[in-house]
Amino acid sequence: MSIQVRTMADMMACGESPEILFWVGCAGSFDDRAKKITKALVKILNKCQVNFAVLGAEESCTGDPAKRAGNEFTFQMQALMNIELLNGYEVKKIVTACPHCFNTLKNEYPELGGSYEVIHHTQLIQELINTGKLALADHGTFKGKKITFHDPCYLGRANDVYEAPRALIEKLDAALVEMKRCKTNGLCCGAGGAQMFKEAEKGNKEINIERTEDALQTKAQIIATGCPFCNTMMTDGVKHFEKEAQVEVLDIAELIANAADL
Amino acid sequence: MQQLIFGVFTLISFGFFAFNLRKIAQNIHLGLPLNRSDNKLERWRTMLLVALGQKKMFSRPVPALLHLALYAAFVITQIELIEIIVDGLSGSHRFFKDDLGGFYTFMISFIEVLSVLAFLGTVAFLARRNLLKLPRLTMKELAGWPKQDANLILIMEIVLIACIFAMNGADEVLRSYEGKTNGFAISSWLGPLFFQGKSHQTLELIEQIGWWGHIIMVYGFMNYLPYSKHLHIFMAFPNTYYSKLEPKGQLTNMASVTSEVKLMLDPNADPYATPENDATPSRFGAKDVTDLTWKNLMDAYSCTECGRCTSSCPANTTGKLLSPRKIMMDTRDRMVELGDFKRKNGKDAEDGKSLLGTYITEEELWACTSCNACVQECPVNIDPLSIIIDLRRFLVMEESKVPTELTGMLTNIENNGAPWQFAQTERINWAKED
Repeated sequence: MSIQVRTMADMMACGESPEILFWVGCAGSFDDRAKKITKALVKILNKCQVNFAVLGAEESCTGDPAKRAGNEFTFQMQALMNIELLNGYEVKKIVTACPHCFNTLKNEYPELGGSYEVIHHTQLIQELINTGKLALADHGTFKGKKITFHDPCYLGRANDVYEAPRALIEKLDAALVEMKRCKTNGLCCGAGGAQMFKEAEKGNKEINIERTEDALQTKAQIIATGCPFCNTMMTDGVKHFEKEAQVEVLDIAELIANAADL
Repeated sequence: MQQLIFGVFTLISFGFFAFNLRKIAQNIHLGLPLNRSDNKLERWRTMLLVALGQKKMFSRPVPALLHLALYAAFVITQIELIEIIVDGLSGSHRFFKDDLGGFYTFMISFIEVLSVLAFLGTVAFLARRNLLKLPRLTMKELAGWPKQDANLILIMEIVLIACIFAMNGADEVLRSYEGKTNGFAISSWLGPLFFQGKSHQTLELIEQIGWWGHIIMVYGFMNYLPYSKHLHIFMAFPNTYYSKLEPKGQLTNMASVTSEVKLMLDPNADPYATPENDATPSRFGAKDVTDLTWKNLMDAYSCTECGRCTSSCPANTTGKLLSPRKIMMDTRDRMVELGDFKRKNGKDAEDGKSLLGTYITEEELWACTSCNACVQECPVNIDPLSIIIDLRRFLVMEESKVPTELTGMLTNIENNGAPWQFAQTERINWAKED
């Protein structure tokens, strides 16, 4: 199935405006693994005929890693430029598949002049299913499988979104199994706070290895996440234990797109 | 005579305590201003749930229950303290007993039962620290004074409880010689067990020792608090009241940076104009406690070094140098040091030391993943993350001390709007790829 994506600039030129802006984020735009998540979400949006647009070449980093690395100048440069763009397009509602973008857009932009309704893609998908716009095919794709959910820090603790991703897993014909550390007690994957872009400080273990152990202990065949960075870290962790053949790391959007035959 | 001694003792105790409270307030005021006067209702609610209701303690039920025993005993025993002070000043013996009758017996019995629970809790806490050696209670940042401080408090607690039972127990035996009983739940059998057959004189002495011991412990404890991590019993209340109410993921936007960035982005701005509202701080980010907010400093005073933060910190549990508890202890120790120094040498005096550098190293700061586990865990809503971020801001914006790989990431964001080196024009390529 080919995907249909329009940019804000396109729509503006045609005198149209979308209901919702899909903020793709840097990982979703450039990282090969995360691009698959982006496309899975677009398939869902297309299927449900959601009137959405992306910023395309006009999108730029929200500034999250710069801010967390202590460079408030770079963060605010990014923020103010993005806000000018978003306000210019009169954006009201934003969906993103990246909890870091989600947190920054939702919490840190309003004070700088950018107030939008910002939702995580798991929340949007949940809404699409609940309003009957998206139906999952009953092919038993996940029948008998165990799925565990790794809470992204910037979705969970940072913004108290714990239920939407779990509610979606429960819609699948699969068993949701929790790790010993989950929800408010969830363990970080090790990527946050700009750690994704540097080597870890000296220690006796990598954080993603510790977290992957939690996930493998559940004996789940699928580790679900809702963050492109967690995805990378958990995928690396699974490779470290040479479990790629038995355990998949998938985004909630991919699980749902799969279950909906998209 | 006894009343006079007691009166003077009471005055000195409260006076010295007030003197130290003033120092604490001064030290907290070393911090920068921050407005937390909004949302009063939500703030009261948070304080009632988190401080009074101990809500966050219960994520770990065993220590929560043990702590609850001590906490309840402490709070309820304050009622008995009223009588002790009245007796001490007036020379009466159990001033409220006759007026309150059965209710008095009930209250003292209730206090006694709680005291037994508190005793068990204290013993369990001592065992957790010294015999079971729980990892979070035996980490290296607790070596020396912090460990002694913790044990000392627990031992004082046991002495205090022993004094209560010596006092009540001796009284019960004295009563029994007259064929009566106070009917206190525990001491009516514990007293005879220890003191049966002792002479009137001895029993009166024991009761006196218990009474004086009790009040000496209470006043001593009160005046020990300002020097101890145990200050949390007071600080927990204001500290939870002034909690950050925004989502945990929301970091502050530095207003001083906003004005500069707006100038940079505004093509019509006159770069030589005097800013209308010069909010430029002496420095960007925090190097010392004076660059942190008063709430960060109140956080530091509220920390009781329980280590829940550190035991849930992904960096710490994987062997990195960072410990959020140490960040708080360092902040407190530096604040006290600087406060004392300034009181002695004038408020503009500098001692050449700083929180960053003298106490906290760069390696600790760069280990943080900003995951908020420490913030989530803290039973009194301390926010170590905001200190870590402010210290990072100083390193990066004032000193350009950025780990090499992060320099690349920052340059990429500035040049091509992504942490990686991809052209911004290619951001939509995914839509065309199969």
